[in-house]
Amino acid sequence: MSRTGLILGAVLTLLFTGAAILSLVWVPYDIEAMRIAERMQPPGAAHPLGTDHFGRDILSMIMVGARTSIAVALVAVGIGMGLGVPLGLLAAARRGGWLDEIIMRGNDLIFAFPSLLIAVMITAVFGAGAVNAIIAIGIFNIPVFARLARGAALSLWTRDFVLAARVAGKGRLRISAEHILPNLANLLIVQGTIQFSLGILAEAGLSYVGLGAQPPIPSWGRMLADSQTMISMAPHMALFPGLAILLTVLGLNLMGDGLRDWLDPRLRRDAR
Amino acid sequence: MLQYGARRAMSLMVSLLVASLVIFFALEIVPGDPAAYMLGINAEPDTLAALRAELGLDRAAPLRYLDWIGGMMQGDFGISHTYRTPVADMIAERLKVSLPLALYALGLSTLIAFPAGIWAAQRRGSAVDLGVMGVTQLGVAIPNFWFAMLMVLVFAINLRWFSAGGFAGWEAGIGAGLKSLTLPAVALALPQASILTRVMRSALLETLGEDYIRTARAKGLTRGQALRGHALRNAMIPVLTIIGLQFSFLLAGAIIIENVFFLPGLGRLVFQAISARDLIVVESVVMLLVFAVIVVNFAVDMAYAWVDPRLRGQR
Repeated sequence: MSRTGLILGAVLTLLFTGAAILSLVWVPYDIEAMRIAERMQPPGAAHPLGTDHFGRDILSMIMVGARTSIAVALVAVGIGMGLGVPLGLLAAARRGGWLDEIIMRGNDLIFAFPSLLIAVMITAVFGAGAVNAIIAIGIFNIPVFARLARGAALSLWTRDFVLAARVAGKGRLRISAEHILPNLANLLIVQGTIQFSLGILAEAGLSYVGLGAQPPIPSWGRMLADSQTMISMAPHMALFPGLAILLTVLGLNLMGDGLRDWLDPRLRRDAR
Repeated sequence: MLQYGARRAMSLMVSLLVASLVIFFALEIVPGDPAAYMLGINAEPDTLAALRAELGLDRAAPLRYLDWIGGMMQGDFGISHTYRTPVADMIAERLKVSLPLALYALGLSTLIAFPAGIWAAQRRGSAVDLGVMGVTQLGVAIPNFWFAMLMVLVFAINLRWFSAGGFAGWEAGIGAGLKSLTLPAVALALPQASILTRVMRSALLETLGEDYIRTARAKGLTRGQALRGHALRNAMIPVLTIIGLQFSFLLAGAIIIENVFFLPGLGRLVFQAISARDLIVVESVVMLLVFAVIVVNFAVDMAYAWVDPRLRGQR
Protein backbone atom coordinates (compact mmCIF):
# COMPACT_ATOMS: atom_id res chain seq x y z
CA MET A 1 0.00 0.00 0.00
CA SER A 2 2.58 2.55 1.07
CA ARG A 3 4.94 1.46 -1.70
CA THR A 4 2.18 2.16 -4.23
CA GLY A 5 1.72 5.55 -2.57
CA LEU A 6 5.42 6.28 -2.75
CA ILE A 7 5.56 5.43 -6.46
CA LEU A 8 2.38 7.37 -7.28
CA GLY A 9 3.67 10.34 -5.27
CA ALA A 10 7.06 10.25 -6.95
CA VAL A 11 5.44 10.10 -10.40
CA LEU A 12 3.20 13.10 -9.68
CA THR A 13 6.10 15.06 -8.20
CA LEU A 14 8.33 14.28 -11.16
CA LEU A 15 5.55 15.21 -13.56
CA PHE A 16 5.20 18.72 -12.12
CA THR A 17 8.89 19.38 -11.52
CA GLY A 18 9.49 18.07 -15.05
CA ALA A 19 6.87 20.47 -16.42
CA ALA A 20 8.45 23.34 -14.49
CA ILE A 21 11.93 22.55 -15.80
CA LEU A 22 10.66 22.01 -19.35
CA SER A 23 8.95 25.42 -19.22
CA LEU A 24 12.38 27.03 -18.90
CA VAL A 25 13.21 26.00 -22.45
CA TRP A 26 9.87 25.27 -24.13
CA VAL A 27 6.16 25.89 -23.65
CA PRO A 28 3.44 25.10 -26.20
CA TYR A 29 2.46 28.80 -26.55
CA ASP A 30 4.00 32.11 -25.59
CA ILE A 31 2.25 33.10 -22.36
CA GLU A 32 2.82 36.81 -22.80
CA ALA A 33 1.14 37.09 -26.18
CA MET A 34 -2.57 37.84 -25.97
CA ARG A 35 -4.82 36.37 -28.61
CA ILE A 36 -8.21 37.89 -27.90
CA ALA A 37 -9.80 36.02 -30.84
CA GLU A 38 -9.01 32.75 -29.10
CA ARG A 39 -10.19 33.78 -25.64
CA MET A 40 -11.90 31.39 -23.22
CA GLN A 41 -11.80 28.41 -25.56
CA PRO A 42 -12.72 25.13 -23.89
CA PRO A 43 -10.17 22.30 -24.00
CA GLY A 44 -9.61 21.13 -27.56
CA ALA A 45 -7.02 19.93 -30.05
CA ALA A 46 -5.12 23.22 -30.35
CA HIS A 47 -5.21 23.99 -26.61
CA PRO A 48 -5.46 20.75 -24.57
CA LEU A 49 -6.56 22.65 -21.44
CA GLY A 50 -8.26 25.56 -23.22
CA THR A 51 -7.42 29.26 -23.13
CA ASP A 52 -8.02 32.04 -20.60
CA HIS A 53 -9.74 35.42 -20.91
CA PHE A 54 -6.77 36.85 -22.81
CA GLY A 55 -6.53 33.87 -25.16
CA ARG A 56 -3.42 32.53 -23.41
CA ASP A 57 -2.87 28.78 -23.43
CA ILE A 58 -3.72 27.36 -19.98
CA LEU A 59 -1.37 24.40 -20.27
CA SER A 60 1.56 26.76 -20.90
CA MET A 61 0.47 28.97 -17.99
CA ILE A 62 0.28 25.95 -15.66
CA MET A 63 3.76 24.85 -16.70
CA VAL A 64 5.25 28.27 -15.96
CA GLY A 65 3.10 28.53 -12.81
CA ALA A 66 4.61 25.25 -11.60
CA ARG A 67 7.98 27.00 -11.71
CA THR A 68 6.74 29.80 -9.44
CA SER A 69 5.09 27.43 -6.97
CA ILE A 70 8.02 25.05 -6.77
CA ALA A 71 10.60 27.82 -6.52
CA VAL A 72 8.74 29.64 -3.73
CA ALA A 73 8.05 26.47 -1.73
CA LEU A 74 11.55 25.09 -2.21
CA VAL A 75 13.33 28.24 -1.08
CA ALA A 76 10.92 28.56 1.85
CA VAL A 77 11.75 25.00 2.97
CA GLY A 78 15.43 25.84 2.52
CA ILE A 79 15.08 28.85 4.83
CA GLY A 80 13.17 26.81 7.39
CA MET A 81 15.70 23.99 7.33
CA GLY A 82 18.77 26.18 7.06
CA LEU A 83 17.85 28.22 10.12
CA GLY A 84 15.63 25.80 12.02
CA VAL A 85 17.89 22.76 12.09
CA PRO A 86 21.00 24.52 13.47
CA LEU A 87 18.84 26.27 16.08
CA GLY A 88 17.26 22.98 17.09
CA LEU A 89 20.65 21.25 17.30
CA LEU A 90 22.05 24.12 19.34
CA ALA A 91 19.10 24.01 21.72
CA ALA A 92 19.55 20.25 22.16
CA ALA A 93 23.29 20.60 22.73
CA ARG A 94 22.62 23.18 25.45
CA ARG A 95 19.62 21.38 26.86
CA GLY A 96 18.04 23.15 29.82
CA GLY A 97 20.35 26.16 29.47
CA TRP A 98 19.32 29.72 28.80
CA LEU A 99 20.11 29.36 25.10
CA ASP A 100 17.74 26.39 24.84
CA GLU A 101 15.09 28.37 26.65
CA ILE A 102 15.44 31.42 24.40
CA ILE A 103 15.41 29.37 21.20
CA MET A 104 12.39 27.34 22.18
CA ARG A 105 10.39 30.34 23.47
CA GLY A 106 11.24 32.16 20.24
CA ASN A 107 9.84 29.19 18.35
CA ASP A 108 6.65 29.27 20.38
CA LEU A 109 6.32 32.92 19.54
CA ILE A 110 6.66 32.36 15.79
CA PHE A 111 4.17 29.51 16.09
CA ALA A 112 1.60 31.98 17.37
CA PHE A 113 1.75 33.84 14.04
CA PRO A 114 -0.02 31.82 11.35
CA SER A 115 1.95 32.11 8.09
CA LEU A 116 -0.90 34.04 6.54
CA LEU A 117 -0.58 36.73 9.21
CA ILE A 118 3.18 36.95 8.71
CA ALA A 119 2.50 37.41 5.01
CA VAL A 120 -0.09 40.08 5.73
CA MET A 121 2.38 41.99 7.90
CA ILE A 122 5.24 41.69 5.45
CA THR A 123 2.98 42.85 2.65
CA ALA A 124 1.77 45.78 4.70
CA VAL A 125 5.40 46.80 5.21
CA PHE A 126 7.12 46.00 1.93
CA GLY A 127 4.29 45.44 -0.56
CA ALA A 128 3.29 42.21 -2.27
CA GLY A 129 5.62 39.93 -4.21
CA ALA A 130 7.00 36.44 -4.59
CA VAL A 131 10.01 37.20 -2.36
CA ASN A 132 7.74 38.29 0.48
CA ALA A 133 5.73 35.10 0.09
CA ILE A 134 8.97 33.12 0.36
CA ILE A 135 9.97 34.97 3.52
CA ALA A 136 6.54 34.52 5.11
CA ILE A 137 6.39 30.79 4.42
CA GLY A 138 10.07 30.39 5.30
CA ILE A 139 9.68 32.06 8.70
CA PHE A 140 6.76 29.78 9.41
CA ASN A 141 8.96 26.75 8.61
CA ILE A 142 11.75 27.67 11.05
CA PRO A 143 10.06 26.48 14.27
CA VAL A 144 8.81 23.33 12.55
CA PHE A 145 12.37 22.22 11.79
CA ALA A 146 13.81 23.56 15.02
CA ARG A 147 11.38 21.53 17.12
CA LEU A 148 11.86 18.43 15.02
CA ALA A 149 15.67 18.67 15.16
CA ARG A 150 15.72 19.39 18.89
CA GLY A 151 13.37 16.53 19.74
CA ALA A 152 15.24 13.98 17.66
CA ALA A 153 18.65 15.27 18.77
CA LEU A 154 17.72 14.99 22.44
CA SER A 155 17.08 11.29 22.07
CA LEU A 156 20.30 10.83 20.10
CA TRP A 157 22.30 12.57 22.87
CA THR A 158 21.52 9.65 25.18
CA ARG A 159 22.94 7.08 22.75
CA ASP A 160 26.22 5.26 23.29
CA PHE A 161 27.97 6.48 20.15
CA VAL A 162 27.48 10.06 21.30
CA LEU A 163 28.85 9.17 24.71
CA ALA A 164 31.85 7.59 22.98
CA ALA A 165 32.42 10.81 21.01
CA ARG A 166 32.27 12.83 24.23
CA VAL A 167 34.73 10.53 25.91
CA ALA A 168 36.97 11.01 22.90
CA GLY A 169 36.96 14.70 23.80
CA LYS A 170 34.82 16.17 21.06
CA GLY A 171 32.94 19.36 21.84
CA ARG A 172 29.17 19.60 21.90
CA LEU A 173 28.90 21.58 18.69
CA ARG A 174 31.23 19.24 16.85
CA ILE A 175 29.24 16.23 18.02
CA SER A 176 26.05 17.95 16.85
CA ALA A 177 27.48 18.49 13.40
CA GLU A 178 29.35 15.22 12.95
CA HIS A 179 27.24 12.67 14.79
CA ILE A 180 23.76 14.04 15.41
CA LEU A 181 23.03 15.78 12.11
CA PRO A 182 23.75 12.78 9.83
CA ASN A 183 21.36 10.70 11.92
CA LEU A 184 18.62 13.26 11.37
CA ALA A 185 18.88 13.19 7.58
CA ASN A 186 16.00 10.78 6.98
CA LEU A 187 13.72 12.63 9.32
CA LEU A 188 14.56 15.93 7.66
CA ILE A 189 13.94 14.57 4.17
CA VAL A 190 10.50 13.35 5.20
CA GLN A 191 9.55 16.57 6.99
CA GLY A 192 11.02 18.60 4.14
CA THR A 193 8.69 16.86 1.70
CA ILE A 194 5.67 17.59 3.91
CA GLN A 195 6.66 21.25 4.39
CA PHE A 196 7.25 21.52 0.65
CA SER A 197 3.66 20.48 0.01
CA LEU A 198 2.37 22.89 2.66
CA GLY A 199 4.49 25.60 1.03
CA ILE A 200 2.84 24.97 -2.35
CA LEU A 201 -0.60 25.29 -0.73
CA ALA A 202 0.43 28.43 1.14
CA GLU A 203 1.91 30.03 -1.98
CA ALA A 204 -1.30 29.30 -3.90
CA GLY A 205 -3.39 30.87 -1.14
CA LEU A 206 -1.17 33.95 -0.90
CA SER A 207 -1.08 34.56 -4.63
CA TYR A 208 -4.83 33.99 -4.80
CA VAL A 209 -5.42 36.93 -2.45
CA GLY A 210 -2.78 38.98 -4.24
CA LEU A 211 0.01 38.67 -1.64
CA GLY A 212 2.20 36.39 -3.76
CA ALA A 213 3.86 36.64 -7.16
CA GLN A 214 2.62 39.68 -9.08
CA PRO A 215 1.63 39.73 -12.75
CA PRO A 216 3.05 39.14 -15.29
CA ILE A 217 4.65 36.22 -13.41
CA PRO A 218 2.05 33.45 -13.72
CA SER A 219 1.13 31.56 -10.58
CA TRP A 220 -1.54 28.98 -9.93
CA GLY A 221 -3.25 30.99 -7.21
CA ARG A 222 -3.38 34.09 -9.42
CA MET A 223 -4.86 32.05 -12.29
CA LEU A 224 -7.61 30.90 -9.93
CA ALA A 225 -8.26 34.47 -8.79
CA ASP A 226 -8.53 35.59 -12.43
CA SER A 227 -10.90 32.76 -13.27
CA GLN A 228 -13.28 33.47 -10.43
CA THR A 229 -15.50 36.07 -12.08
CA MET A 230 -15.70 33.99 -15.25
CA ILE A 231 -16.34 30.67 -13.58
CA SER A 232 -19.82 30.17 -15.04
CA MET A 233 -18.73 31.04 -18.59
CA ALA A 234 -15.38 29.25 -18.58
CA PRO A 235 -15.21 26.67 -15.76
CA HIS A 236 -12.10 25.09 -17.32
CA MET A 237 -10.16 28.23 -16.36
CA ALA A 238 -10.81 27.42 -12.70
CA LEU A 239 -10.62 23.65 -12.99
CA PHE A 240 -7.10 23.04 -14.27
CA PRO A 241 -4.94 25.32 -12.08
CA GLY A 242 -6.76 23.94 -9.03
CA LEU A 243 -6.18 20.37 -10.19
CA ALA A 244 -2.50 21.20 -10.67
CA ILE A 245 -2.24 22.37 -7.05
CA LEU A 246 -4.21 19.39 -5.76
CA LEU A 247 -2.13 16.82 -7.67
CA THR A 248 1.22 18.40 -6.76
CA VAL A 249 0.36 18.57 -3.07
CA LEU A 250 -1.14 15.08 -3.11
CA GLY A 251 1.96 13.73 -4.84
CA LEU A 252 4.31 15.32 -2.30
CA ASN A 253 2.24 14.07 0.64
CA LEU A 254 2.12 10.53 -0.70
CA MET A 255 5.84 10.67 -1.34
CA GLY A 256 6.52 11.99 2.17
CA ASP A 257 4.47 9.23 3.79
CA GLY A 258 6.03 6.59 1.56
CA LEU A 259 9.55 7.87 2.22
CA ARG A 260 8.96 7.80 5.96
CA ASP A 261 8.02 4.13 5.85
CA TRP A 262 10.76 3.24 3.43
CA LEU A 263 13.66 5.17 4.97
CA ASP A 264 12.97 4.33 8.56
CA PRO A 265 10.61 1.55 9.54
CA ARG A 266 11.02 2.60 13.18
CA LEU A 267 9.16 5.79 12.40
CA ARG A 268 6.29 3.93 10.79
CA ARG A 269 2.96 5.18 11.94
CA ASP A 270 0.18 3.44 10.07
CA ALA A 271 -2.07 6.20 11.19
CA ARG A 272 -0.70 9.00 9.08
CA MET B 1 -2.52 22.79 39.63
CA LEU B 2 -2.61 26.40 40.85
CA GLN B 3 1.14 26.70 40.71
CA TYR B 4 1.21 25.18 37.24
CA GLY B 5 -1.53 27.56 36.14
CA ALA B 6 0.36 30.58 37.51
CA ARG B 7 3.52 29.55 35.70
CA ARG B 8 1.67 29.10 32.42
CA ALA B 9 -0.12 32.42 32.90
CA MET B 10 3.24 34.17 33.36
CA SER B 11 4.55 32.75 30.11
CA LEU B 12 1.26 33.71 28.44
CA MET B 13 1.84 37.33 29.50
CA VAL B 14 5.41 37.30 28.24
CA SER B 15 4.33 35.84 24.89
CA LEU B 16 1.66 38.50 24.48
CA LEU B 17 4.09 41.26 25.37
CA VAL B 18 6.75 40.08 22.94
CA ALA B 19 4.19 39.49 20.19
CA SER B 20 2.82 43.01 20.60
CA LEU B 21 6.34 44.46 20.45
CA VAL B 22 7.09 42.49 17.29
CA ILE B 23 3.87 43.61 15.60
CA PHE B 24 4.19 47.25 16.58
CA PHE B 25 7.81 47.71 15.62
CA ALA B 26 7.53 45.61 12.46
CA LEU B 27 4.90 48.02 11.20
CA GLU B 28 6.93 51.00 12.44
CA ILE B 29 9.41 50.53 9.60
CA VAL B 30 6.74 50.95 6.96
CA PRO B 31 7.83 53.57 4.50
CA GLY B 32 5.45 56.48 4.13
CA ASP B 33 3.61 58.66 6.56
CA PRO B 34 -0.07 57.81 7.11
CA ALA B 35 -0.91 61.47 7.56
CA ALA B 36 0.67 62.40 4.21
CA TYR B 37 -1.12 59.46 2.65
CA MET B 38 -4.48 60.64 3.99
CA LEU B 39 -4.08 64.23 2.84
CA GLY B 40 -2.63 63.53 -0.58
CA ILE B 41 0.41 65.06 -2.22
CA ASN B 42 -0.84 68.64 -2.22
CA ALA B 43 -1.16 68.95 1.56
CA GLU B 44 0.05 72.13 3.25
CA PRO B 45 2.82 71.49 5.79
CA ASP B 46 0.69 73.10 8.52
CA THR B 47 -2.28 70.84 7.90
CA LEU B 48 0.03 67.86 7.78
CA ALA B 49 1.61 68.76 11.12
CA ALA B 50 -1.82 69.31 12.64
CA LEU B 51 -3.05 65.94 11.46
CA ARG B 52 0.10 64.23 12.68
CA ALA B 53 -0.46 65.78 16.08
CA GLU B 54 -4.11 64.75 16.04
CA LEU B 55 -3.23 61.14 15.23
CA GLY B 56 -0.41 61.20 17.76
CA LEU B 57 2.14 60.48 15.03
CA ASP B 58 4.47 63.23 16.20
CA ARG B 59 5.27 61.39 19.41
CA ALA B 60 8.14 58.98 19.88
CA ALA B 61 7.58 55.36 18.92
CA PRO B 62 7.90 53.88 22.44
CA LEU B 63 5.28 56.34 23.72
CA ARG B 64 2.93 55.44 20.90
CA TYR B 65 3.50 51.76 21.68
CA LEU B 66 2.49 52.34 25.30
CA ASP B 67 -0.59 54.29 24.16
CA TRP B 68 -1.53 51.49 21.82
CA ILE B 69 -1.17 48.72 24.40
CA GLY B 70 -2.75 50.77 27.18
CA GLY B 71 -5.67 51.64 24.92
CA MET B 72 -6.18 48.06 23.83
CA MET B 73 -6.46 46.88 27.39
CA GLN B 74 -9.36 49.29 27.80
CA GLY B 75 -10.96 48.26 24.51
CA ASP B 76 -9.70 51.38 22.72
CA PHE B 77 -7.86 50.28 19.58
CA GLY B 78 -7.33 53.80 18.26
CA ILE B 79 -8.93 55.62 15.36
CA SER B 80 -8.79 54.28 11.81
CA HIS B 81 -6.73 56.63 9.64
CA THR B 82 -8.95 56.21 6.59
CA TYR B 83 -12.43 55.93 8.06
CA ARG B 84 -11.92 58.16 11.10
CA THR B 85 -13.98 55.72 13.16
CA PRO B 86 -12.81 53.75 16.21
CA VAL B 87 -10.94 50.62 15.13
CA ALA B 88 -12.59 48.67 17.94
CA ASP B 89 -16.03 49.30 16.41
CA MET B 90 -14.86 48.25 12.96
CA ILE B 91 -13.35 45.04 14.34
CA ALA B 92 -16.43 44.26 16.42
CA GLU B 93 -18.59 44.68 13.32
CA ARG B 94 -16.38 42.30 11.31
CA LEU B 95 -16.08 39.77 14.12
CA LYS B 96 -19.83 39.23 13.85
CA VAL B 97 -19.01 37.48 10.58
CA SER B 98 -15.56 35.99 11.19
CA LEU B 99 -16.14 34.49 14.61
CA PRO B 100 -19.38 32.63 13.78
CA LEU B 101 -17.72 31.46 10.56
CA ALA B 102 -14.74 29.99 12.42
CA LEU B 103 -16.99 28.38 15.05
CA TYR B 104 -19.32 27.00 12.39
CA ALA B 105 -16.36 25.49 10.54
CA LEU B 106 -14.90 24.09 13.75
CA GLY B 107 -18.27 22.51 14.58
CA LEU B 108 -18.55 20.95 11.13
CA SER B 109 -14.98 19.70 11.27
CA THR B 110 -15.54 18.03 14.65
CA LEU B 111 -18.91 16.58 13.62
CA ILE B 112 -17.34 14.99 10.54
CA ALA B 113 -14.04 13.91 12.07
CA PHE B 114 -15.29 12.14 15.19
CA PRO B 115 -17.54 9.58 13.51
CA ALA B 116 -15.21 9.19 10.52
CA GLY B 117 -12.11 8.68 12.68
CA ILE B 118 -13.87 6.24 15.02
CA TRP B 119 -15.38 4.36 12.11
CA ALA B 120 -12.00 4.00 10.37
CA ALA B 121 -10.24 2.93 13.58
CA GLN B 122 -12.92 0.36 14.34
CA ARG B 123 -12.61 -1.25 10.92
CA ARG B 124 -8.87 -0.87 10.57
CA GLY B 125 -7.55 -2.26 7.30
CA SER B 126 -11.01 -2.67 5.80
CA ALA B 127 -12.37 -1.02 2.67
CA VAL B 128 -14.07 1.58 4.90
CA ASP B 129 -10.75 2.46 6.51
CA LEU B 130 -8.98 2.72 3.16
CA GLY B 131 -11.82 4.83 1.79
CA VAL B 132 -11.76 7.25 4.73
CA MET B 133 -7.96 7.54 4.54
CA GLY B 134 -8.11 8.14 0.79
CA VAL B 135 -10.71 10.88 1.14
CA THR B 136 -8.73 12.58 3.93
CA GLN B 137 -5.56 12.41 1.81
CA LEU B 138 -7.46 14.38 -0.85
CA GLY B 139 -8.98 16.70 1.76
CA VAL B 140 -5.53 17.67 3.03
CA ALA B 141 -4.19 18.30 -0.47
CA ILE B 142 -7.07 20.34 -1.86
CA PRO B 143 -6.67 24.14 -1.71
CA ASN B 144 -9.75 25.18 0.26
CA PHE B 145 -10.35 28.36 -1.74
CA TRP B 146 -10.46 26.30 -4.93
CA PHE B 147 -12.88 23.88 -3.33
CA ALA B 148 -14.93 26.93 -2.34
CA MET B 149 -14.99 28.15 -5.96
CA LEU B 150 -16.15 24.75 -7.19
CA MET B 151 -18.91 24.72 -4.57
CA VAL B 152 -20.01 28.18 -5.74
CA LEU B 153 -20.15 26.85 -9.30
CA VAL B 154 -22.23 23.80 -8.36
CA PHE B 155 -24.41 24.92 -5.44
CA ALA B 156 -24.80 28.62 -6.12
CA ILE B 157 -24.61 29.06 -9.88
CA ASN B 158 -25.99 25.77 -11.20
CA LEU B 159 -28.32 24.53 -8.46
CA ARG B 160 -29.07 27.97 -6.96
CA TRP B 161 -29.34 26.56 -3.43
CA PHE B 162 -27.10 29.24 -1.95
CA SER B 163 -26.09 32.73 -2.94
CA ALA B 164 -22.67 33.01 -4.54
CA GLY B 165 -21.38 35.49 -2.01
CA GLY B 166 -22.08 38.33 0.36
CA PHE B 167 -23.53 38.16 3.82
CA ALA B 168 -27.25 38.38 4.53
CA GLY B 169 -26.65 39.96 7.94
CA TRP B 170 -27.87 38.71 11.30
CA GLU B 171 -30.72 41.23 11.13
CA ALA B 172 -32.28 39.07 8.40
CA GLY B 173 -32.58 36.26 10.93
CA ILE B 174 -30.24 33.57 12.23
CA GLY B 175 -31.27 31.16 9.48
CA ALA B 176 -30.44 33.57 6.67
CA GLY B 177 -27.12 34.48 8.28
CA LEU B 178 -26.12 30.85 8.77
CA LYS B 179 -27.15 30.04 5.23
CA SER B 180 -24.78 32.61 3.78
CA LEU B 181 -21.99 31.21 5.97
CA THR B 182 -22.64 27.56 5.05
CA LEU B 183 -20.54 27.22 1.89
CA PRO B 184 -17.62 29.18 3.39
CA ALA B 185 -17.77 27.07 6.55
CA VAL B 186 -17.77 23.82 4.57
CA ALA B 187 -14.78 25.02 2.54
CA LEU B 188 -12.89 25.99 5.70
CA ALA B 189 -13.83 22.78 7.48
CA LEU B 190 -12.82 20.31 4.77
CA PRO B 191 -9.03 20.28 5.27
CA GLN B 192 -9.36 20.63 9.03
CA ALA B 193 -11.83 17.73 9.18
CA SER B 194 -9.42 15.61 7.17
CA ILE B 195 -6.54 16.33 9.54
CA LEU B 196 -8.71 15.77 12.60
CA THR B 197 -10.05 12.46 11.24
CA ARG B 198 -6.50 11.21 10.79
CA VAL B 199 -5.47 12.34 14.27
CA MET B 200 -8.59 10.77 15.78
CA ARG B 201 -7.94 7.48 14.01
CA SER B 202 -4.27 7.31 14.89
CA ALA B 203 -4.86 8.28 18.54
CA LEU B 204 -7.53 5.59 18.82
CA LEU B 205 -5.34 2.94 17.20
CA GLU B 206 -2.56 3.82 19.62
CA THR B 207 -4.77 3.46 22.70
CA LEU B 208 -6.37 0.30 21.30
CA GLY B 209 -2.95 -1.35 21.63
CA GLU B 210 -2.81 -0.65 25.39
CA ASP B 211 -3.00 -3.35 28.05
CA TYR B 212 -6.18 -2.01 29.60
CA ILE B 213 -7.96 -2.50 26.29
CA ARG B 214 -6.81 -6.11 26.22
CA THR B 215 -8.12 -6.49 29.76
CA ALA B 216 -11.44 -4.97 28.77
CA ARG B 217 -11.65 -7.29 25.79
CA ALA B 218 -10.74 -10.28 28.00
CA LYS B 219 -13.61 -9.28 30.28
CA GLY B 220 -15.87 -9.90 27.32
CA LEU B 221 -16.36 -6.43 25.83
CA THR B 222 -16.58 -6.27 22.07
CA ARG B 223 -14.01 -4.25 20.16
CA GLY B 224 -16.58 -1.50 19.70
CA GLN B 225 -17.52 -1.42 23.39
CA ALA B 226 -13.89 -1.30 24.48
CA LEU B 227 -13.31 1.53 22.03
CA ARG B 228 -16.23 3.62 23.18
CA GLY B 229 -15.87 2.83 26.89
CA HIS B 230 -12.11 2.99 27.33
CA ALA B 231 -10.12 4.04 24.28
CA LEU B 232 -12.06 7.15 23.31
CA ARG B 233 -11.42 9.13 26.50
CA ASN B 234 -7.75 8.30 26.47
CA ALA B 235 -7.40 9.27 22.82
CA MET B 236 -8.76 12.76 23.49
CA ILE B 237 -5.48 14.50 24.37
CA PRO B 238 -3.99 14.68 20.87
CA VAL B 239 -7.44 15.34 19.47
CA LEU B 240 -7.95 18.31 21.82
CA THR B 241 -4.56 19.74 20.86
CA ILE B 242 -5.45 19.69 17.22
CA ILE B 243 -8.88 21.20 17.83
CA GLY B 244 -7.22 24.03 19.75
CA LEU B 245 -4.69 24.64 16.99
CA GLN B 246 -7.40 24.48 14.36
CA PHE B 247 -9.47 27.24 15.88
CA SER B 248 -6.68 29.72 15.34
CA PHE B 249 -5.98 28.38 11.86
CA LEU B 250 -9.67 28.78 11.06
CA LEU B 251 -9.72 32.39 12.23
CA ALA B 252 -6.68 33.23 10.12
CA GLY B 253 -7.63 30.95 7.23
CA ALA B 254 -10.97 32.69 7.02
CA ILE B 255 -9.01 35.65 5.58
CA ILE B 256 -8.73 33.81 2.26
CA ILE B 257 -12.15 32.17 2.24
CA GLU B 258 -13.86 35.48 3.04
CA ASN B 259 -12.34 36.74 -0.18
CA VAL B 260 -13.92 33.97 -2.25
CA PHE B 261 -17.39 34.75 -0.90
CA PHE B 262 -17.05 38.53 -0.51
CA LEU B 263 -17.88 38.23 3.18
CA PRO B 264 -17.43 41.42 5.21
CA GLY B 265 -15.17 39.77 7.82
CA LEU B 266 -11.79 40.54 9.40
CA GLY B 267 -9.96 39.26 6.32
CA ARG B 268 -11.47 41.78 3.96
CA LEU B 269 -10.94 44.50 6.55
CA VAL B 270 -7.22 43.67 6.63
CA PHE B 271 -6.86 43.78 2.87
CA GLN B 272 -8.70 47.07 2.58
CA ALA B 273 -6.54 48.45 5.37
CA ILE B 274 -3.32 47.33 3.67
CA SER B 275 -4.21 48.98 0.38
CA ALA B 276 -5.27 52.17 2.17
CA ARG B 277 -2.10 52.17 4.34
CA ASP B 278 -4.38 52.14 7.37
CA LEU B 279 -1.71 50.53 9.52
CA ILE B 280 -3.41 50.91 12.86
CA VAL B 281 -6.17 48.64 11.58
CA VAL B 282 -3.67 46.06 10.29
CA GLU B 283 -1.81 46.19 13.62
CA SER B 284 -4.94 45.74 15.66
CA VAL B 285 -6.37 42.86 13.62
CA VAL B 286 -3.05 41.00 13.59
CA MET B 287 -2.66 41.55 17.33
CA LEU B 288 -6.18 40.33 17.96
CA LEU B 289 -5.63 37.13 15.96
CA VAL B 290 -2.28 36.44 17.60
CA PHE B 291 -3.89 37.10 20.97
CA ALA B 292 -6.57 34.53 20.10
CA VAL B 293 -3.95 31.94 19.11
CA ILE B 294 -1.90 32.42 22.28
CA VAL B 295 -4.93 32.37 24.58
CA VAL B 296 -6.43 29.29 22.91
CA ASN B 297 -3.11 27.46 23.26
CA PHE B 298 -3.01 28.45 26.92
CA ALA B 299 -6.56 27.15 27.39
CA VAL B 300 -5.62 23.86 25.73
CA ASP B 301 -2.59 23.49 28.02
CA MET B 302 -4.76 24.11 31.05
CA ALA B 303 -7.34 21.62 29.80
CA TYR B 304 -4.63 18.94 29.53
CA ALA B 305 -3.31 19.58 32.98
CA TRP B 306 -6.84 19.29 34.26
CA VAL B 307 -7.47 16.02 32.38
CA ASP B 308 -4.04 14.51 33.04
CA PRO B 309 -2.37 15.50 36.34
CA ARG B 310 0.93 13.95 35.21
CA LEU B 311 1.43 16.85 32.81
CA ARG B 312 1.42 19.46 35.58
CA GLY B 313 4.98 18.65 36.58
CA GLN B 314 6.34 19.27 33.12
CA ARG B 315 6.97 22.54 31.44
